[in-house]
Amino acid sequence: MLDERSLEEIRRKREEWEKTCLQPYVERSKERQERFETLSGIEVKRIYDPTDVAHLDYLKDLSYPGEYPYTRGVYPTMYRGRLWTMRQFSGFGTAEDTNARWKMLLKEGQTGLSTAFDFPTLMGLDSDDPLADGEVGKVGVAVDTLKDFEILFDGIPLDKVSTSFTINPPAGIILAMYVAIGDMQGVPRNQLRGTIQNDMLKEFHAQNTLILPPEPSVKIITDIFEWGVEEVPKFNLISISGYHIREAGSTAVQELAFTIADGMAYVEAAIERGIDIDKLAPQLSFFFNSHNNFFEEIAKFRAARRMWAKIMRDEYGAKNPRSWWLKFHTQTAGCSLTAQQPLNNIVRTTIQAMAAVLGGTQSLHTNSFDEAWALPSEEAVRVALRTQQIIAYESGIPDTIDPLGGSYYVEWLTDKMEKLAWDYIERIRKMGEGSVLRGVLKGIETGFFIKEISNAAASYQRDVEEGRKIIVGVNKFAIEEKLKIPILKVDPEVQRRQIERLKNVKAERDNEAVKDALDWLRSAAENNENVMPAILGAVKSYATVGEIMGVLKEVYGTYKKPIII
Amino acid sequence: MEVEEIVEGILLGNKRALARGITYVENDFPEGKEVMKRIYKHTGRAHVVGITGFPGVGKSTTVSKLTQEFRKRGKKVGIVAVDPGSPFTGGALLGDRLRMDGLDTNRQLWLDPGVFFRSMSSRGKAGGLAAKTGDVVRLMDAFGFDVIMVETVGAGQSEVDIIEVADTAIVVLMPEMGDDIQINKAGILEIGDIYVVNKADLGGAEKTEKWLKAMLMMDQEAVEILSKTTHADEAAVESGEIFARMKKGKGWIPPVIKTIADRGEGIEELANAIEEHKRFMEESGLLKERRARRLSRELFDLIMDEIKERLATDESLGFREMVDRVINNEIDPHTAVEQILKVLIKENGV
Amino acid sequence: MEKKIRVLVAKVGLDGHDRGAKVVARFLRDAGFEVIYTGLHRTPQEVAMAAVQEDVDVVGISLHSGAHMALVPKVINYIREYGGDPDEIVILVGGIIPEDEFDDLKAMGVDGVFIPGTPISEIIDFIKEMVPKKKEQARKKKAVA
Repeated sequence: MLDERSLEEIRRKREEWEKTCLQPYVERSKERQERFETLSGIEVKRIYDPTDVAHLDYLKDLSYPGEYPYTRGVYPTMYRGRLWTMRQFSGFGTAEDTNARWKMLLKEGQTGLSTAFDFPTLMGLDSDDPLADGEVGKVGVAVDTLKDFEILFDGIPLDKVSTSFTINPPAGIILAMYVAIGDMQGVPRNQLRGTIQNDMLKEFHAQNTLILPPEPSVKIITDIFEWGVEEVPKFNLISISGYHIREAGSTAVQELAFTIADGMAYVEAAIERGIDIDKLAPQLSFFFNSHNNFFEEIAKFRAARRMWAKIMRDEYGAKNPRSWWLKFHTQTAGCSLTAQQPLNNIVRTTIQAMAAVLGGTQSLHTNSFDEAWALPSEEAVRVALRTQQIIAYESGIPDTIDPLGGSYYVEWLTDKMEKLAWDYIERIRKMGEGSVLRGVLKGIETGFFIKEISNAAASYQRDVEEGRKIIVGVNKFAIEEKLKIPILKVDPEVQRRQIERLKNVKAERDNEAVKDALDWLRSAAENNENVMPAILGAVKSYATVGEIMGVLKEVYGTYKKPIII
Repeated sequence: MEVEEIVEGILLGNKRALARGITYVENDFPEGKEVMKRIYKHTGRAHVVGITGFPGVGKSTTVSKLTQEFRKRGKKVGIVAVDPGSPFTGGALLGDRLRMDGLDTNRQLWLDPGVFFRSMSSRGKAGGLAAKTGDVVRLMDAFGFDVIMVETVGAGQSEVDIIEVADTAIVVLMPEMGDDIQINKAGILEIGDIYVVNKADLGGAEKTEKWLKAMLMMDQEAVEILSKTTHADEAAVESGEIFARMKKGKGWIPPVIKTIADRGEGIEELANAIEEHKRFMEESGLLKERRARRLSRELFDLIMDEIKERLATDESLGFREMVDRVINNEIDPHTAVEQILKVLIKENGV
Repeated sequence: MEKKIRVLVAKVGLDGHDRGAKVVARFLRDAGFEVIYTGLHRTPQEVAMAAVQEDVDVVGISLHSGAHMALVPKVINYIREYGGDPDEIVILVGGIIPEDEFDDLKAMGVDGVFIPGTPISEIIDFIKEMVPKKKEQARKKKAVA
């Protein structure tokens, strides 16, 4: 970013500094480590100076916020205009329990809702399924039918909140339920705001909520795109997620690369379907992890934004600048929390949350300090939310845009991560013979992603076991402790109550209408039509999540994958 | 568990007894040998099917689908899956091949009373099997399984040991493995009684099939018969007529069967071929012959092992001293062997 | 010949978090154990049946779903039902387990509970110590009976 003469002077000065100042010093007192590296294994140099970023062009590679390639942020004023959305993921027990927790969070100043479902719901099983035994309402709210949604959103006007749903294989069903509630409340569909996760590709790489095979999964996601751009134009139809890839043990570079590749795959699927990409793009969102290596995380967010802008504009030819934006939600790294000395987790989460804000996130979930033990207690959830509020209101961090832009290190690292991510993406594209979509599907089939991620996870664990990576309070500074954290316990009665409700709904609904709706869905699926209208019909007839998924399983089959350790 | 309890349990169909018996045998416990002695007379009924092939060709999926098919035909099925074990640490990751990730995967097989699945580590042994695979198969045989499937390591090295235990050896390949020189090197063209080209929905299956047939038969006429009938004329396959035609000249010509094991396609045909091979082996007397050859080899190995073990542990045999005397040039090796054998044979009252 | 220690690493229930289970499986293998991994979403019956057929010395159950109090005792009971003897098998539970439930789990027959962040070397040492100990205890118990 400097002219050749100044660079030359800097290089000369640097050599002189190394010889006369640095070397004698290092000889007297050695550095702590031979080699310093980020969590992705990128070597971190002693110091960065203008020569490290000399190849970057400010106007081309950084420019101003709100302008291509958006490295410094998607909005011209960023947090000076509006703070990020503080969105704490929550949900447990029955719909009543979660409804009460939501009302408390809204009162506490939270600005968006985010729904955690229990495992049976996530896996598309009803609460009375034998495989659901013991899991109903445990890690999130149990939803079987529209009835549960009616209770969940009781007293919450859908035109006033935006709601995020962490749901994947049954994402279409949950979106349909939300639309149905909106219809009941008389809220126009084009006013509904929120997000469904709806990202199956990362399930195959990492999170393992596996029901249908990859290709039909992508088909249904594309159906949701096609239906959603017309029906619910303010709703994020997907949250392309690196979070879980990271939690499964990937490096930051892998998280970045695989998430962007998945995003490209979805866009390619939409283009194949004939969906107008400029119409769809504003309804795409991303979801990243924020881990401990502060600068690497910031660089990752900035690189992601720059990459996506290039991809949407140059590769897929999106015309509207709005389509080039990468908007993302961030959650601090659950896998970084320790059960030992749990209060330390507040500090970890603070650092991670700061990285997310410095990286320009649009919304943020901060983990609660007790989450390595159980679902968070009310007090722990409050501290987590307060962490965000302190960053927002006390730290001054949000008062200027992209304050680390121009840091030699951060710019160098942003560029480096982008390059490494592109290497991966090109490999994937090659696996798909030019198509990223086919490449991702191929990588799922051959276990490419799983192998990459589990190798990274094992090598991280080895570093911890052998003391090369220090986890405070775990492999260093450990103490004997007797823990006294109040822990949220889910009432074991929940399962019984939920099954009872399901039974009542089934007894009261019009079973003929349910059958008709499910037949409609089956025929739509068999004839390769868009399944969303039929799913909405089924939901409104009070068909259960299990019944609707059951039809899709019948038509598309179920997925199984070889185990790769 | 006591030997008595295990033997009785195995003969009565108690899975826990079988599991413990296998553990004793696998670890070379003295109780293991005792169990083997007592169950031997109850063996010889089961049909042992070996499955081998390169990694990633879908051996385990084939095994799991075949198991379902044989269960449908009312057969009880035992499965031994051998995985590589490190000769250095002794550690191994076992048996995750039949066990797939997914909600609805092979669920019935896990709890089916007519199925027993056991994983074994090769414990560093080359050849694709674990040292005690043969004995484990016998225990399952005595237990009463009709079909016992043995899946080899599948590490891509030569895994010809499968013929040491199998009455019917199946080699699983996939498309594009055709003229691969590796196949020749691995020696698998000599060991298969049946060849499977799995993942036949991938391109190139026909080519692989044709190539295999040509290699296997080196007989233009036979190639013609097969390429006309194997897949086109299912009735001929089902009735076994095709095999009869093939046998006419050559005894047994290994059939090549295309499958898509994932979807269960071709599995019925494969099961038919296995049963046909069994019939052929029995009727032709080749089964007896193959088993006799195997037993004589096994007996020989056992004797050698026993002698080695005795020489190493029984000091009264004076093996160490004899070695020292040879080293010191007091006696020549041949005379030394004669003297030791004399002691061994006399001691055993022969 | 020393008996190889066989370990069944099991994922019970619906949660898909297999990072911990897979990393543990790898490290146990490297420590010289023979490890059998069940894959995801197994039921208590399936895990118990595999434990009996594979005649393992250790069953390690990994759950992150909070369903441990419901599912772990079922695994143990089914091992007994299928003719196995949970008294001579070391039963471990790993995952997100509140500390005040450790004692309840132990009362059900669980020998060790390992929470996230536990060094795997600790698990390895525990297994090496407990396998012979449990076998001995079971033998004594049987002798008394």
